[in-house]
Amino acid sequence: MDNNSVVGRIFDIQKFSTHDGPGIRTIVFLKGCILRCRWCCNPESQSHLIERMRTANGEKTVGYDTTVGEVMKKVLQDMPYYKRSHGGLTLSGGEALCQQEFVTALLTEARRNGINTAVETTACLPFYMIEPQLPLLDTVLMDIKHMDSAKHERFTGLRNELILDNAKKIARAKGDRLIIRVPVIPGFNDTEEEIVDIARFAASLGGVREIHLLPYHRLGYDKYVGLDREYGMGDVKPPSNEHMESLRRAAEKEGLKAIIGG
Amino acid sequence: MATYNSAKCKKSERINRLKDALLHSRPEIEADRAVLLTQSYMETEGEPIVTRRAKAFKNILDNIPITIRPDELVVGSATVASRGCQVFPEFSYEWLEAEFDTVAKRSADPFYISEQTKKTLRSVYKYWKGRTTSELATSMIAPEAQRAMEHNVFTPGNYFYNGVGHVTVRYDKVLAVGYLGIIAEVKSELAKMNVGDSNYCSKKALLDGIIMSCEAVINYAERYATLAERMAKNESNATRREELFRIADNCRRVPANGAQSFYEACQSFWFVQMLLQVESSGHSISPGRFDQYMYPYYKADIESGAITRDFAQELMDCIWIKFNDLNKCRDAASAEGFAGYSLFQNLIAGGQTPDGEDATNDLSFMCIDATMHVLLPAPSFSVRVWNKTPHEFLIRAAELTRTGVGLPAYYNDEVIIPSLMSRGLTIEDARDYNIIGCVEPQKSGKTWGWHDAAFFNMLKPMEMVFSNGVLEGEQVGLRTGSLLSFNTFEKFFEAYKKQMEYCISLLVNADNAIDEAHAVRCPLPYLSSMVDDCIKRGKTPEQGGAVYNFTGPQGFGIANVADALYAIKTLVYDQKKFTLEELDAAMRANFGRGAASMTELTEQIARELQRSGVKVNEGVVAEIYSTLKAKGGDSRYDEIREMILAVDKYGNDADEVDAMAREAAYTYTRPMLNYKNPRGGQFQAGLYPVSANVPLGAQTGATPDGRYAKTPVADGVSPSAGRDVNGPTAAANSVAKLDHGIASNGTLFNMKFHPSALAGESGLENFVALVQTYFEMKGSHMQFNVVSRETLIDAQKNPDNYRSLVVRVAGYSALFTTLSKSLQDDIINRTEQSAF
Repeated sequence: MDNNSVVGRIFDIQKFSTHDGPGIRTIVFLKGCILRCRWCCNPESQSHLIERMRTANGEKTVGYDTTVGEVMKKVLQDMPYYKRSHGGLTLSGGEALCQQEFVTALLTEARRNGINTAVETTACLPFYMIEPQLPLLDTVLMDIKHMDSAKHERFTGLRNELILDNAKKIARAKGDRLIIRVPVIPGFNDTEEEIVDIARFAASLGGVREIHLLPYHRLGYDKYVGLDREYGMGDVKPPSNEHMESLRRAAEKEGLKAIIGG
Repeated sequence: MATYNSAKCKKSERINRLKDALLHSRPEIEADRAVLLTQSYMETEGEPIVTRRAKAFKNILDNIPITIRPDELVVGSATVASRGCQVFPEFSYEWLEAEFDTVAKRSADPFYISEQTKKTLRSVYKYWKGRTTSELATSMIAPEAQRAMEHNVFTPGNYFYNGVGHVTVRYDKVLAVGYLGIIAEVKSELAKMNVGDSNYCSKKALLDGIIMSCEAVINYAERYATLAERMAKNESNATRREELFRIADNCRRVPANGAQSFYEACQSFWFVQMLLQVESSGHSISPGRFDQYMYPYYKADIESGAITRDFAQELMDCIWIKFNDLNKCRDAASAEGFAGYSLFQNLIAGGQTPDGEDATNDLSFMCIDATMHVLLPAPSFSVRVWNKTPHEFLIRAAELTRTGVGLPAYYNDEVIIPSLMSRGLTIEDARDYNIIGCVEPQKSGKTWGWHDAAFFNMLKPMEMVFSNGVLEGEQVGLRTGSLLSFNTFEKFFEAYKKQMEYCISLLVNADNAIDEAHAVRCPLPYLSSMVDDCIKRGKTPEQGGAVYNFTGPQGFGIANVADALYAIKTLVYDQKKFTLEELDAAMRANFGRGAASMTELTEQIARELQRSGVKVNEGVVAEIYSTLKAKGGDSRYDEIREMILAVDKYGNDADEVDAMAREAAYTYTRPMLNYKNPRGGQFQAGLYPVSANVPLGAQTGATPDGRYAKTPVADGVSPSAGRDVNGPTAAANSVAKLDHGIASNGTLFNMKFHPSALAGESGLENFVALVQTYFEMKGSHMQFNVVSRETLIDAQKNPDNYRSLVVRVAGYSALFTTLSKSLQDDIINRTEQSAF
């Protein structure tokens, strides 16, 4: 089958994204995820099913099936910006890598057009689902949320052994093209000790040079309301700039370049 | 390869004091100029007009009160009060007299005026009845053009009420040889003349007038020297005393002589800049390439050690403050169109040399820093961008953008240079362009460009396609036929083009009448000393003395017209969802919002049918009424608007509607090229609104793009507010699909950003990449509104105007207006914290 006619399920395409990989990028958000993180700011991304969600501008359908060709048409519109800024295409989600065939076809087409590629992944899936995509990716942005597996399970629904094991394998394949990202969630992983644990692990992977600390924010709240779901974070406040800065400095001590935000 | 020192200089305490004093002043109207002008005019009745102008200028400069403000290093003020303004009755006066009692209280640009000043001006005004440029122009404008103006199809109010301005003069020449040098040049030109020459009389009068004007300026500077000396002698602070003595020395040497130091060059520059705005009330007197013509003086002083970079920066900062000391009072309507006390003194840095090499130098960076130090609206600061612009320069410009001051504006050499060459400029002159006023490119010292010649509302001709040329009961446009006759989209579009062409011819008529009036009543001898080839030709710029002559009226509303045409094509012709008649009724009913009742609507339609020759009887009226009713009345109007809003809109990188925008722009830019002005120059279109899209939108009914009546029209070439919902790259892609080159009087593209989008090093890098990419795609101009907390609060209240506003917080983006109130509040509060 021709790459361009491969079908996938996405819920958004966002242009001029400047925080998920280098330069000016277009992000394709794929629908469906494995984890159920309490703080998730895209709750509409979690189910693979097409849903209805109420928004400030009325009710809308979240998720639609489309082809690689249709997606590429939109991605290619910003080609001149990618060239200038060394940007490109980032696949996000949900967990993008769940839709294997679609992802392979999309990344192949992007590569064929000379577009830089990146994925944002939980890496919480069998390595055989990750491995085939690695040669098609310029950058892998992978979350490590916590080193303590029990706590990981309590806040995301699953244990972390598979994730940590995949991190080692991806690092072997991608070296410094693997960037570790940590959502900094108050009450879950926002102590210096917990962040340093993750940074130390990231540094031990070999090759990995960068870690991104992404401060918790409440922008997903409206969506939970719109989906008639309960917001798992109550009224937890985002971490202060000062606290983020001290975590950043602590992470840097492990020999990595640490950045707040992406 | 350009070499430069880009290190930042510190801001001196003096600048804060000067800025404080400026901001605490109250804009005030002063009468001295008007009195001295009138006095002189009364004594010179019957003499050649150019002689009268020179004598009046001299009388003003010899006698107008002068002042040196505390802390100033560069002196010369047009008014005693800081941010005050003089009055220019030779252009028009009735409006000010009519607004005497409201001018202090109006919402846009209020000015204080004392009872004494009112009294003085009233007595002066008696003289001017029947003698102004505006009265002469009125008597010459064709009645059909007058009618179109009355119905706000276009408004040439700028030059109708005021001087022309919109020029960059030969600052370089004054800096190099001084006015004594120019007087010598004029004398040698006089010596070459023969009394038998056909143009002897007029040329002799002008050249004598130029000499008189230049001498008046030298004498004026001498008055400042004397004042500075007197103040120095009474000054107890030793440092300030020295400063005042230095000011006295400067004013004694320049602008009479060529500048011998950077400081003298600064003082000389300022006299030129300020006095041009005393001779005439024309605004947009643009300093242009300050970093180029000032550089030799800076370089010599730095190399000899005569000056430190810090002091050079302080002098520039002082000048930047002075730009804001000048002011101008416009009539209430114009004040709304040019809101913000702006004089549009456009100063530009960077770009290339006439030989095509990169021109960036130390001063280019110091211009950015001066703007950063002063953070005031003037000068209108711009930067030129081309393929060899140093990356560092763009990053520094981006840092300035990030402050939210709205400066600089970015201009693309790669579009503007070929565009100017297509209008007859040599390649060297085109490479040496600068920007006038808002976005209008020209070659300095050689051009009388009449940029900003009129605002043209592209939606009015659209309205007239629906009304067969009738506006508010008057036949203003052409009779292009009834809606029923447009049975294909092509026929509809053809009718629009015809209305456009006709209205453009009316605009040309009005502009040319005003152009003639300025040549006859207000030629400017002082200006003539600094525009080539006025001296050789013996003509002022108004009379055709400049090398390059243009008239550049600006159209706006492209986005609305594009969206309207596309909606009509798609919904009326392709999908047949509703008819043109239904759309017409919906628009008259303002899409059901505050609509006229169906009875009123029926009467309205019946009256218009009658006017266009249809015999209206009871049967016809009943039929109209029942048709309106059958079509569902108000709820149907809403439905129609919903359908319109659902089709693609310009600004989202959708090819079909963007192609329509390109065609829509051509309906304005192409016919313009068929016209010439009285100076032998070409008409050339611009596509920008200043701020007129708001007041003129308030006079425009509902339009087929779903825009409600009286709401703002889209600005410049930007998408309609809130209709571009796919982010900045998609908007820029759409705008870049227009033909910017043909709009050689400039195009304007506004973009809104939240400060977080420019945060950090990568934010700046990506911002610069966005600008460069838009320029690679042949966009011409870009400016940015980095939104403030106030804007976000406004967006909360008026979400319809901000549908496309993206906020970014730590890796997550959202359309601001889609968030709940509590989250919006959260972001509003966060913005306050995100200091850079």
